[in-house]
Amino acid sequence: MNTTALLVAATLNAGTVLAFAAMGLLINERSGIVNLGAEGMMLVAAIAGFATGVKSGNDWLAFAAGAGAGALMAAAFGVLVIWLNTNQYATGLALTLFGSGFSAFVGINYTQQRLSERPHFEVPLLSDIPFLGTALFRQHPLVYVAVALAPAVAWFFYRSRAGLVLRAIGESPESAHALGYNVRRIRLAAVVVGGALCGLSGAYVSVVYTPLWVEGMIAGKGWIALALTTFATWRPTRVLLGAYLFGGVTMLQFYLQGRGVQLPSQFLTMLPYLATIVVLVLISRNAGWIRANMPASLGKPFVPGS
Amino acid sequence: MLRLEARSSESKLVTFASPLLALALTVVIGTALFVLLGKDPMRGLQMFFVEPVRSWSALSELAVKGVPLLLIALGLAVCFRSNVWNIGAEGQFVLGAIAAGGVAMLADKDTGRWIVLPILLAGVIGGMFWAAIVALLRDRFNTNEILVSLMLVYVADMVLSYLVYGPWKDPAGFNFPQTITFADPTKLPRLFTGFRVNIGLVIALLLTVVLWLFLFRMHAGFKLQVGGLAPGAARYAGFSSRQAIWLALMVSGGMAGLAGALEVAGPLGQLTPYVPAGYGFAAIIVAFVGRLHPGGIVFSAVLMSMFYIGGELAQSRMGLPKSLTGVFQGLLLFSLLTCDTLIHYRVRRQPGRSAAPSAVPAALPGRA
Repeated sequence: MNTTALLVAATLNAGTVLAFAAMGLLINERSGIVNLGAEGMMLVAAIAGFATGVKSGNDWLAFAAGAGAGALMAAAFGVLVIWLNTNQYATGLALTLFGSGFSAFVGINYTQQRLSERPHFEVPLLSDIPFLGTALFRQHPLVYVAVALAPAVAWFFYRSRAGLVLRAIGESPESAHALGYNVRRIRLAAVVVGGALCGLSGAYVSVVYTPLWVEGMIAGKGWIALALTTFATWRPTRVLLGAYLFGGVTMLQFYLQGRGVQLPSQFLTMLPYLATIVVLVLISRNAGWIRANMPASLGKPFVPGS
Repeated sequence: MLRLEARSSESKLVTFASPLLALALTVVIGTALFVLLGKDPMRGLQMFFVEPVRSWSALSELAVKGVPLLLIALGLAVCFRSNVWNIGAEGQFVLGAIAAGGVAMLADKDTGRWIVLPILLAGVIGGMFWAAIVALLRDRFNTNEILVSLMLVYVADMVLSYLVYGPWKDPAGFNFPQTITFADPTKLPRLFTGFRVNIGLVIALLLTVVLWLFLFRMHAGFKLQVGGLAPGAARYAGFSSRQAIWLALMVSGGMAGLAGALEVAGPLGQLTPYVPAGYGFAAIIVAFVGRLHPGGIVFSAVLMSMFYIGGELAQSRMGLPKSLTGVFQGLLLFSLLTCDTLIHYRVRRQPGRSAAPSAVPAALPGRA
């Protein structure tokens, strides 16, 4: 009973990492831009957040630093891709390669450091409910922010004018341009917001989830977040559910190990990566379905007036 | 106010000048970085650009690191030219190393030198097998090859870790995660006594020529590139895009696997968790900097090898972290992509913001 509650709690915690990053990438991709730099942005944000946390002792400053680092890197990517029309895949890869090198470089002095004592969070009253209290109400505040983010993004996409414009740009930048919208600036805004959320996710990993700094600690979470947007066919609520599903897969390895399952740990560590491949296959099998949901201009450069 | 104006055709000059410009830009940023770190920038640059070519033994080390980069990047050039985004060469490299290591472990000190051939072959097959998963899923289920190939890198690392911590662990190795040291006959013949450079260099240079012939003198290579540049035209001509996916991934998987096998039978001599050294990712940069052209890739592989050795020297002699290599690699690709803009556009000064936008040529060069 109690282990199940702890497992649910751990799943929510792991899912939050993916939820922030994937939601950011969703906003990003809805404007028609793919950023393969998620992994790199998360790594740099993780060290930026961790270093700020160690120096200031304030977690919220650490999150702000992470989000800022992600936004800054995304802005560099955005200028290259949107104004200079560089190849989106190659530029995103450059961001990831640079990010993994740069984070390892600046993080070298932080591998032995520890954050000050970690706070515990409890929602008053609710956290005393048996089972549910442990499972749901003893989480970091950002866990609830991630839950709230899905309906917020859904409202933005489907109920607000700005969201409609963003989606229109993702479907047909030419038409949006003809209607007088500044396609480039709006795309840059979407890319920067996406980077900030990836950054928040990276800082959450190093400040709350792990919490420490190890070289390459994002370990593919940025790539899994990228896969989640496809898995969710670019819908906010499905992104959130997918994030928790993968959070669960990540936790499954610890659960199985705890139950004394006789499988080498390496095979358990493989699970999230294999699961990503499996769900991608399941979802992509129907090419028409992907095409119907994918932002039509995704990955294609746009030059106004051409 | 500066403005970009589309060129009517690609600038051949900039195509070749851009990598040099990018290198210059990286050096400028690198110099600034050394100053920021309070290190002598001249000494820093010396580690990267002088020390690696200063002596015969340094050149030999340059070749040892350049060979895997060259091989993997050649395969990736075929892939990227066919618009197949295999970014998991690192995983294919590891699988090649595992397969080659498996064969090498069968040899003992009395085995003939012929064992080197099956070792290299096993590496090629191992890399192809790993890439075949990507090809199969892309071909049959339309699954994004970028994400699948990348996920398989993590899986490959775990397979390697399982083997060296588990069934393949050297029983006499004091519980270290490593296989036995492979028997002497498995070692690749060295080119010169006293230097580590081996026949891998000759193989890599031969394959450079083969790949050039394949891309620019053979129909199959031509078909691949048409498919990459103009999928519509390729379809109209009846070139199979499914075949292109398979061919591109088999070539690049095989090349990465061969690189893994050459590492195992060359400098490494055993399997450890440290087989993956990032060559598979660095080779992506090598391929782009070399303009996806076999000839250019030879030069960019040498350059990237200098980055690797420079990073190691900066660590041992200047007390800087080795990850400086990764920073420079990333910067180089960024600079290259920026400079490449000038292939398609020229920079013009715009008199004032109020001026009416000048007509942009209708036919913009298409960019993938």
